[in-house]
Amino acid sequence: MSTSTTDLTPDHDDHEAVPLLERMPGRGSAAAWPLALVGAALLIAGSFLSWSFPDDVLGDLSVNFYPNGLQLCVVALGIAAVIFLLAYRGPLSRLGDWLDAASALRWIGLGAVIYMAATIIAIGWQTGAILNVNPGGWITLIGALLLLAGSLMLVSRNTRDPLFAKTSSWFEIITIIVLLALVLFGAAYALGLEDAVSFALFLLFAGMLSMALTKAGVFTWLGVVSQKNRQVLMFGAFAVAFLFPFTQGGSDENMSIATQVLIFAATALGLNIVVGLAGLLDLGYIAFLGAGAYVGAILSNSAFATIGWKPPFIVVVLIGALVSAILGLIIGSPTLRVSGDYLAIVTLAFGEIFRFTMGNLDGNNGPDLTNGPNGIPAIPDLKFGSFDFGQPHEVFGITLGRFANYYFLLLVIAAFIIFVFIRLNNSRIGRGWVAIREDEKAAEAMGVNVFGLKLFAFAGGAFLAGMAGTVKAHHDVSVTPDQYIFLESAFLLAAVVLGGMGTVAGVLVGATILKLLPEKLRFIADYRLMIFGLVLVLMMRFRPEGLIASQRRKLEFHHDDEDLAQRIEEVHLEEAEAKA
Amino acid sequence: MTVTDTPAPPTGPSTPDNPVLQARGVTMRFGGLTAVKDVDMHVNPGEIVGLIGPNGAGKTTFFNCLTGLYKPTEGEVRLQGEVLPPKPRAVVVAGMARTFQNIRLFANMTALENVMVGRYCRTSSMALTSILRGPKFRREEEATRARAQELLEFVGLGNSTESLARNMPYGDQRRLEIARALATDPKLILLDEPTAGMNPQETKQASDLIFRIRDSGLAVVVIEHDMRFIFNLCDRVLCLVRGEVLVEGTPHEVQSDPRVIEAYIGGGDDEDEEAPASTTESTEEQQ
Repeated sequence: MSTSTTDLTPDHDDHEAVPLLERMPGRGSAAAWPLALVGAALLIAGSFLSWSFPDDVLGDLSVNFYPNGLQLCVVALGIAAVIFLLAYRGPLSRLGDWLDAASALRWIGLGAVIYMAATIIAIGWQTGAILNVNPGGWITLIGALLLLAGSLMLVSRNTRDPLFAKTSSWFEIITIIVLLALVLFGAAYALGLEDAVSFALFLLFAGMLSMALTKAGVFTWLGVVSQKNRQVLMFGAFAVAFLFPFTQGGSDENMSIATQVLIFAATALGLNIVVGLAGLLDLGYIAFLGAGAYVGAILSNSAFATIGWKPPFIVVVLIGALVSAILGLIIGSPTLRVSGDYLAIVTLAFGEIFRFTMGNLDGNNGPDLTNGPNGIPAIPDLKFGSFDFGQPHEVFGITLGRFANYYFLLLVIAAFIIFVFIRLNNSRIGRGWVAIREDEKAAEAMGVNVFGLKLFAFAGGAFLAGMAGTVKAHHDVSVTPDQYIFLESAFLLAAVVLGGMGTVAGVLVGATILKLLPEKLRFIADYRLMIFGLVLVLMMRFRPEGLIASQRRKLEFHHDDEDLAQRIEEVHLEEAEAKA
Repeated sequence: MTVTDTPAPPTGPSTPDNPVLQARGVTMRFGGLTAVKDVDMHVNPGEIVGLIGPNGAGKTTFFNCLTGLYKPTEGEVRLQGEVLPPKPRAVVVAGMARTFQNIRLFANMTALENVMVGRYCRTSSMALTSILRGPKFRREEEATRARAQELLEFVGLGNSTESLARNMPYGDQRRLEIARALATDPKLILLDEPTAGMNPQETKQASDLIFRIRDSGLAVVVIEHDMRFIFNLCDRVLCLVRGEVLVEGTPHEVQSDPRVIEAYIGGGDDEDEEAPASTTESTEEQQ
């Protein structure tokens, strides 16, 4: 395979930044590299010193030579910086042939400066005086500034395209395992952070580090690697998700957030079949989750359930899914003949009709099915044989509480939805969906059953949401109409759009961001709609394909970007070769 | 790449009494405008029929009537004796495929995937089979892939199967469109200006390809503006003017008919006889 020695490093050519960078005084000077190294050393050393005088700010930052989590983040940044510096020049320079170390260093430097500035401001603000910042904090800030200055003076080396890097498979598998372990560790740590500022700082750290790795080209290589080791990655990711409750030490609070994220993610994954694969804009998707939840509640053992029949839960799941799918067929068959905006409006109206109907079936205006606005409360926990979901269980000496039990059940459902998603995507049906998205008329003229495939996507998505809904009813304990408002549909759609239409990983990320952040960052809770709105507008402008984009969607959003099309073809060929 | 690649077996004996396609009295009116007026046409098995006419003569509209994109105001279209319903998908399933005047490939799919979409109506695995992935699914998927590969080789694109359609050169895109149409196992293929925008060498390759398609047992109908191309290629030519068949006959007869020359240069049009500007059909036709 050819190894192109161009300076056209993939994905990360910042055309606008270059002229500004070139005007940087001392650019390319011999002092740049030592300066950055000194900065990185100070960064690490400073983090081992005390940052603040009082010991009750941002955890405890006051002890010398005993760094707490926030300080360890900076140590991690420093170590990453040293590795990239050695890759730029020194013993790791073979690594530097492939990775754009200078760009990565700039982002690490920038991240460290912002991180330290924010930390110092937070310490000063929370204790009331900037004097409370100990020398360690200042030393680390100076280190960060030196690192940034040094890295800005470094000139990027010519690198080879990491796409074509050939690595041994054991190295790749170890990388995947290490990365997944880091994700597990990071998630457990982040959820354990009590105060919002620490959490925000950790996000900043994670964001800047991944930005640096992106700029270096690590993710280009990881993309190929993960294609090559698909099974390992899937299995590993599932294992990480499975192990997560064991890291929480029985804390129900965090597990409650985690189950909510999982319900949200599972539903968003179902929506992704409709929106991401079939390309149908559905603004009333929450109604299908609601239909499942109502079925789950009505057929439960709740004293308020309106039907006397109590089938086993697995039957309830099937009925909920089927009722949802039938609703999907009923709403879909007349409306799927219209497309785009019209469909969006009809589905939006359907979502509202569902909510009002559920609020009115109280015996006064129709059959008493849902108890009207009061909903169905006191839904008992699930019981599989002798396994009671309401009771904590002890596994390997670790207590798993009520939410952990639901977490495992939801994990199974999410895995099922992912399974269906992937299999449908790589099949005759998936090809048909792509063809419909690309050119509906041409697809029809080539014999693709356009209407049938759209209807199937609609009903299939509804089926999966209905499944998740039946579990949600038991998890939430009560089902009321006002849980299924339009805003929830909008959030689901936002998760899909933000994360990346048509990808599993993207939607998982999107759902996590949208559900987790407001829980952890309580101080933005009042402004969350404004912030998410703003984020979506910015995404549409700068990255319409979402955070983790499917290649095809990326192409669709960039009609006339020929370089991108060439690039994606290269990636495709490389992946096809890797798979073979 | 060989003639033995048979996209579909010819059906029925090749007699004029048993045409593949029989259109009778096809008329298409848009409000007060009659775009196609009482057109009769038949295509025999293994025949290449050309459809010519000045811009705005109604050629593409007639094509759209045949393939179900338009529902003709009057008249009927029969494929192998069966009346075709005016639905594009039903027409494809019945065995008539087409290409488009302005290329309509699935731009962000690879060449192979494009052709595999063409196999959609000849395959049957549905949701459950796709999710469970039984042996039937695997076999069908394998066969689809193999057939698509074979067709790409047939049209001469065997080396660019994994290229994105939008990255391919113009001439290759035209050929890919033909491969995609062939994937639907048609008895008859309609080509709407297959050489538009091609250079002489590509045009030569295109006519070779059309001969090979014919030799594999299909009937072909071609719309073209390039007279040399069409007279060299076709067994029979229809000249359409203002929605009506003006002349029908062998290329030689049509070529020497004074009315045809009149229609092209006599009407005071600024078009050139040999190759009238081919890319701009009237907007009404492109619907």
